Amino acid sequence: MDSFQETILKLKHYWSEHGAIITEPYDVEVGAGTMCPETFLRVLGPKPYRVAYVQPSRRPADGRYGDNPNRLYKHQQLQVILKPSPADVLDLYLASLEAIGIDLSKHDIKFEEDNWESPTLGAWGVGWQVMLDGMEITQFTYFQQCGGINLDLVPAEITYGLERLVAFLQNVDSVYDIEWTKGVKYRDVRFAEELQFSVWNFEMADVERLWRLFGEHEAECKSLLAQYEKYSDKHRFPVLPTYDQVLKCSNLFNLLDARGAISVTERVAVIKRVRDLAVGTAKLWAAQQELA
Amino acid sequence: MNFLLEIGTEEIPHWMIPGALSQLAKLDLFGAAPTVDATPRRLVVRATGLPERTPDQEQLVKGPPISAGDKAAAGFAKKQGVGLSAMQKVGDYYELRKQIPGRAVRDLLAESLPGSILGIQWAKTMYWGAKGSPRFIRPIRWIVALLNDEVIDFEVAGVKSGNLSRGHRVLANRQVKVDYDSIEAVLRANSVILSAAERRAKIETEARALGATIEPELLETLTYITEFPAAIKGDFDPAYLELPAEVLTMVMRHHQKYFAVESAPGVLAPHFVAVMNISGDPDGLVKRGNERVLKARFNDARFFWEVDQKKKLADRVEDLSHVTFQAKLGTYLEKTTRVIHIVGELGGGPDAKGAARLAKADLTTEMVKEFTDLQGIVGGLYAKHQGEPKAVSDAIYEHYKPLSMEDSIPSTRAGQVLAIADKVDNLREFFRVDLAPTGSKDPFALRRAAQGIVKIAVEGKLDYSVEHFAGKPDGALYDFLLERADYYFRSQGFKYDEVRAVLNTQVRHAGLHYIHQRLTALAEIRPTPDFEPLAASFRRIQNILKQAEFKPQGPINQPLLEAGPERTLFEKYQQVSAVARSSQTPYRKALEEIASMRPHVDAFFDQILVNAKDQIIRENRLTLLYNILKEFSTIADFSEIVTSGDQK
Repeated sequence: MDSFQETILKLKHYWSEHGAIITEPYDVEVGAGTMCPETFLRVLGPKPYRVAYVQPSRRPADGRYGDNPNRLYKHQQLQVILKPSPADVLDLYLASLEAIGIDLSKHDIKFEEDNWESPTLGAWGVGWQVMLDGMEITQFTYFQQCGGINLDLVPAEITYGLERLVAFLQNVDSVYDIEWTKGVKYRDVRFAEELQFSVWNFEMADVERLWRLFGEHEAECKSLLAQYEKYSDKHRFPVLPTYDQVLKCSNLFNLLDARGAISVTERVAVIKRVRDLAVGTAKLWAAQQELA
Repeated sequence: MNFLLEIGTEEIPHWMIPGALSQLAKLDLFGAAPTVDATPRRLVVRATGLPERTPDQEQLVKGPPISAGDKAAAGFAKKQGVGLSAMQKVGDYYELRKQIPGRAVRDLLAESLPGSILGIQWAKTMYWGAKGSPRFIRPIRWIVALLNDEVIDFEVAGVKSGNLSRGHRVLANRQVKVDYDSIEAVLRANSVILSAAERRAKIETEARALGATIEPELLETLTYITEFPAAIKGDFDPAYLELPAEVLTMVMRHHQKYFAVESAPGVLAPHFVAVMNISGDPDGLVKRGNERVLKARFNDARFFWEVDQKKKLADRVEDLSHVTFQAKLGTYLEKTTRVIHIVGELGGGPDAKGAARLAKADLTTEMVKEFTDLQGIVGGLYAKHQGEPKAVSDAIYEHYKPLSMEDSIPSTRAGQVLAIADKVDNLREFFRVDLAPTGSKDPFALRRAAQGIVKIAVEGKLDYSVEHFAGKPDGALYDFLLERADYYFRSQGFKYDEVRAVLNTQVRHAGLHYIHQRLTALAEIRPTPDFEPLAASFRRIQNILKQAEFKPQGPINQPLLEAGPERTLFEKYQQVSAVARSSQTPYRKALEEIASMRPHVDAFFDQILVNAKDQIIRENRLTLLYNILKEFSTIADFSEIVTSGDQK
């Protein structure tokens, strides 16, 4: 039986063998691997790209103080982008499961319709949730639009939920019982983080300060977006730092949401504020890609 | 010749497959009838008896006038690709009988099939190549297109047609050669059952044998998400049976696509039946995996149940002030207050009012946040658990009913009143802020709500008229409800003219249940011989009055009535109206009485000249007709009935 880290290493190795660039996690807080610039920005424009990385993904509202065997404030996704999507992409994916020791002839795999949409990113795609013996282990999406832009080349996005997948492989009921590496449990590595961030996210994060930070990052983002037009050497223009501001806003929104600070009516308006930033940044990135 | 088309794709959403097949069943195959079948990965069309070629045809092309001379004719012939000798002189013109040779059907299909394939209508399509590339429901990965043994050559979305299909994605992931005769057997040998009917039957038989309660909708879903289905039975800890059966069943059916297993009707057993897309589970791995997932799901549900019991529904009502009903319409607490009021308006008793107060409180529970489809049901279960009267908990449980035209209405009186009041509030409020449905857009399901109201009133035999709900007999909401009532009655099998005949009269102000009774009687009497001719006569009366621009001046002047058909008609009218008017007379009897006037009406029109020279007599005859029409139009607007004469 492979440990958590061995499974991750095998998946990375598998995708490396299939031409993917292997990168390390992005260093700004994100809610999903999709939001990393390696996905969100790279899928725009006509350049082929293959990348795979593990992305710790923060969802403050999903925190359960380390009490729930399946729900986590921060879970790890293995994110794969294949742009353009090859014709045998589903076979490639299935072979990756075999590479981590799943004998497909003995398990029930189903592809069930599940379309993906991110209102905060102005992005959507169609695809499936991949069910293994009744459990969702992967989200498979053909992106259609990102930042409100129809994509030049449709990429396939494969997102493995690593904790679930490994809990399944190791046949344990709680993610905390996953063997991370020999003699070390998932609990030993991550429990304190789950507990303490739940406390902060739900009980202590200063709502006013969070709003203020949201406003600051939004202002920085807007200010940068406004400067592109007149900026002379467009190659040098900091689109990537602009996008970091979007990510900051998105994470602050999630924190405020977990804190119960956003009413249902406000919610739509705040999502729109973040989406406007994301769409604006995506446009600059796409424009920058087209420069000679 | 035999035709075979297989569109090989990545997994198509199950619910869209039947719609695609019905479109493919209309494929133009030169007179041959297509048969269609599908799995999630392939849409297959087969047909036999296609011609090899289309017949030769002759086309008549008119040329220049003979007077234009030989030069013009020669130019024309050249353009048409023939010699001058091929032209004939017919009358004043040259004419060419052009021979259009038939074409090979294989070539014609090669031209038409790409368009036919990409022309299939789907609810949502995607592209998977470069921007502007073809769209389909999911990527097309292979195409088999054969006429007998020959490939119909074409390319669609970058895929070339051929004679190679594919086996099951996991069990036989390879290309396999197929033709018209062999495709089913070859696919079967490669772990694919092409026939949906056979997969459906296999699932049903196996699942039943394992004790499953077959739910048709789930059976259909499973038929179209598997290529090689096999059922297995799994178990769960009987301790979970403490949870309500509704919650367990919901988790099993909707979240996990399992059939529930019952030990006796209505009693869940601690088992489930899952349907795999592989042939067997010799090591029990699939069973173990599914059991593990279900356990986690049930644990969540139990956790929600326990957390939710810490605060009673009654104590949650105030929390509804934090739950938005709709941005323009305030909170669910405000809605609750309104619904209680409407229940009062509709004459609901203390149980219905008590239920109205608690009905929306389950929206604040963890269980409903997780299993949204269980709203109402969860409220009812919690109310029962928390010791509310049975009439109250039952009413809450059923207050979203009917969920469709096929669904049943709430079973108790309090539940019916609450269900109506809740829907009436939706209608009144959304109409008030101009969010009524437009065209095909009905985001708040108001049509369904209105039909639900009508259905409950009719089937619950409740004495509510459309005015009770709309508040006043005019305006957009009133018209909308009448239109939905019309729709409801037609869906019950009444003909549109019958519905109109009743709803066009003052009867529309009556209770919906009463309207239904009248429609039933009308539909019953319609086939009797006197009825339709009488309806035609009524329309004739209406036309006569219209043409004469008749305005009633006073009562019928009896002494002026001529002996014979005119007086007889008058007497018959008086006699019938006395019976028909009496509240003692059943509606059916009243209609029969009216129908019995037919010979007298006929005789009147045959022998009496309405447009008499004497203006006073003419006026009096029109008055007689007017009174007859007016009197009996309160029963039904007979002029709306479409008679067989109209259809000729």
